[in-house]
Amino acid sequence: MFDAWLQIFKRDLLIAFRRRSEIIHPLIFFVMVISLFPLAIGDDKVLLQKIAPAIIWVTALLATMLSLDNLFRSDFDDGSLEQMTLLKTPLSLLVTAKITAHWFITGLPLLLITPLLAVLLYVPTEMISMLLLTLLLGTPTLSLIGAVGIALTVGLRQGGVILSLLILPLYIPVLIFATLALQNSAQGFSAEAQLAMMLAILVLAITLSPFAIAAALKVSLN
Amino acid sequence: MEKQYLFTADLNVTNLACLRNEQALFSGLNVSLSPENVLFLEGENGSGKTSLLRILCGFRLADEGKITWGEQAVSAVPEYFENISYVGHKNGIKDELTVEENLNLMRSMATASDIETESVLKQIGLFKRADVLSRHLSAGQKRKLALARLMMTNNSFWILDEPFTALDKATVGFFEELIKQHIGRGGMLILTSHHDIDLSGLSVQHLNLSNKKYV
Repeated sequence: MFDAWLQIFKRDLLIAFRRRSEIIHPLIFFVMVISLFPLAIGDDKVLLQKIAPAIIWVTALLATMLSLDNLFRSDFDDGSLEQMTLLKTPLSLLVTAKITAHWFITGLPLLLITPLLAVLLYVPTEMISMLLLTLLLGTPTLSLIGAVGIALTVGLRQGGVILSLLILPLYIPVLIFATLALQNSAQGFSAEAQLAMMLAILVLAITLSPFAIAAALKVSLN
Repeated sequence: MEKQYLFTADLNVTNLACLRNEQALFSGLNVSLSPENVLFLEGENGSGKTSLLRILCGFRLADEGKITWGEQAVSAVPEYFENISYVGHKNGIKDELTVEENLNLMRSMATASDIETESVLKQIGLFKRADVLSRHLSAGQKRKLALARLMMTNNSFWILDEPFTALDKATVGFFEELIKQHIGRGGMLILTSHHDIDLSGLSVQHLNLSNKKYV
């Protein structure tokens, strides 16, 4: 059972490696949008420092959504999805392999480049670890929730706009807790409560969304 | 003599209906298929052949009726779905993987057959292109690769939707032979095709979906 999981995981990593634009485009988007803010705001160090968490988080959210578009598209188009539903391993388990691979391809590079961008926005060095922690807890949740929306719209020709209307509202709790955690820790308070909530949301997403995704994909195939 | 399939049973379809845009593609369809038999679906374009096949694969829900495998409804027999080898309009191969990687992936996902990947490559004439990305194959070669799925697993129930589009005569002959072997081992086959297929010597049941008269 986990053999099939591993096969799909490896397959998706290999495909992404051979089609690198998929990794690079959301990352470039992330870097570009964030670097637009210092250009637009000017050299106002205090202001930038204050809104930096919000900038990074909103941009990460949009970049994740952008990168998700391809998650099931090619499998749907080339018939691999049909074949996957016929396998012994449940589809709900196989989609977690795809999402895990997808996070390694798009979420992890985002995390790795964030310290550099944080410097650009004058984020104090002691804040960077907290920023990375919120992203580490938050971006997998964004991928899992987004995948439900993608699975629902993959059969539609113009799913893009509907998709953002569908999943952006669901991203709000993650955004609120993440930025709150960053504000708290910037002011020297404990951010444990917010981080615990983010972890809870992540656990909830891991346990429930695979079933929703599998069901949505089956609806899209019908 | 090839090994016989272990997992086989009678397939029974009773009173099946499929609607599309509020109109019945077919309704009251009854058909049954036993091991060592072929069901050949006929009918004009849009008569519901593909829809029927997709319902049998579980991709699409029937609007009415039931499908049983042995004595049980197929939804209660997960093995029924695992045991299907389906080749539809879409090839189900990944463009970014090489020919050989695609074959190995097909094998690793299901109950694998005894045939070596190398031997399959030779038989379908893609041995020299084993390391080529599938994206660079011609339409016919992609189709061959899709049909090679049938050789990689040990599934006893084959569902083929227009399997021979874009294939050359020699390859069609090869797969006709493969079908005969499959039936000889106790397998079952449902297919649609607008090509003339040589299924001589097999017990073939014809079902025409256009004239709404079902067996």
